[in-house]
Amino acid sequence: MRIIDAETVRARLTELINSCLVIPDRAVTAALDRLSDDAPLSVAAAKLIVENNRIAEKQGAYCCQDTGQALVSIKLGDAVCCEGLYGAIDSAVRDAYTCARKSVADPLTRINTGDNTPAVIETTLCAGDTLEISFLAKGAGSENMAKLYMLTPADGRDGIVRAAVEAVRVGGANACPPLVVGIGIGGLTETACILSKKALLRPLGTHNERADAAALETEILEKVNSLGIGVAGFGGKTTALAVNVELAPTHIGMLPVAVNLQCHSLRHGTVKF
Amino acid sequence: MTNGVRSDARLTLPACADDIKKLEVGMLVELNGVMYTARDQAHKRIAEAIERGEKLPFDLGGAAIYYCGPTPAKDGQIIGSCGPTTSGRMDKYAPLLIEKGIRVMIGKGVRNDAVKSAISKYGAVYFSAIGGAAALYRSTVKSCELIAYPDLGCEAVYKLTVENFPAVVSVL
Repeated sequence: MRIIDAETVRARLTELINSCLVIPDRAVTAALDRLSDDAPLSVAAAKLIVENNRIAEKQGAYCCQDTGQALVSIKLGDAVCCEGLYGAIDSAVRDAYTCARKSVADPLTRINTGDNTPAVIETTLCAGDTLEISFLAKGAGSENMAKLYMLTPADGRDGIVRAAVEAVRVGGANACPPLVVGIGIGGLTETACILSKKALLRPLGTHNERADAAALETEILEKVNSLGIGVAGFGGKTTALAVNVELAPTHIGMLPVAVNLQCHSLRHGTVKF
Repeated sequence: MTNGVRSDARLTLPACADDIKKLEVGMLVELNGVMYTARDQAHKRIAEAIERGEKLPFDLGGAAIYYCGPTPAKDGQIIGSCGPTTSGRMDKYAPLLIEKGIRVMIGKGVRNDAVKSAISKYGAVYFSAIGGAAALYRSTVKSCELIAYPDLGCEAVYKLTVENFPAVVSVL
């Protein structure tokens, strides 16, 4: 059994969140900076976003005012003991959001919890003696556009493509494009949703290791970028920078497909212990 | 700003009807003047106040509303990061507010048919600001005053004075 100190986890997670909320994924900024051959308004918007990200980093300002609800994904090795881990995570979120926006409220009364807790904590148990914690700041604008489609096996691959393109067609302009489109396919309902989030965290420009899934990513990206939504919804061919597919085995009678849209303000990171 | 984009247009807020008439969809415009922040809960309260005939937090006549919930200002700052939020969530309330005098709305994303009709009927305008450009928009804010609903935190109504706030004419 490996002992990991919860206070160390708290300190490093706080530091990670603080940094993520200011500096979005640099690969996204670089892609926007390269954009030139596109609709003029979209190119103008891309330049303003690049400028925004430069100002945010220089001034230590939050790159987006929607500092999100904190999604904390944990890969917990079964030979790890970290007493106080649960409290350490909420404490890190509370501390890191002291100056950030408090965006978490009761779903019925809409009364704000006041400190951006509780964090949404997803835990995956795995073999080994390591602990890996990933953070994603998820804003409402993009999360509200997520879809879960309960397709049938007969809908098949074509059905998956149609569903994914439909989700972007309907919600893409609201979700602060250019997007990363995360698609979770298989499992039960929650499996598909969790996989669609996991898909967002994959480094930009990488594909699923399975060739059939990678081909699906390429086809959907091409179709999504033919929708004409463009950067900030201003038209053109850059609606998404990536489509990432994650798979899990599912029931013989099911084909769940979750589509999660991630805005260009992709604020995520991982700490390993 | 970029070839092919008309970026020299400017609009002073609150906007007069004649200035709104000069706008065209797709124009990149720099906004200058006064706008009021209001998002989900503030809209709900303003709509309820209208229904009950109660006093409103600001004069809606000709006013500009910015769909925005800023991050808190750090010490010495005028305002925190303050980009636009999704306008569609305000579609339920926007036709009523337009009828009562709002003429400029600034947010991000698409509007429904009822809002588009009200915009057309009353000579209003909807601008798309760039979602996620919150640090950039912060630098355009020259003053910020809490006007109403302080208990709503970031969803309270703030009166902002802005300079050279970029946005694109999306619905006329």
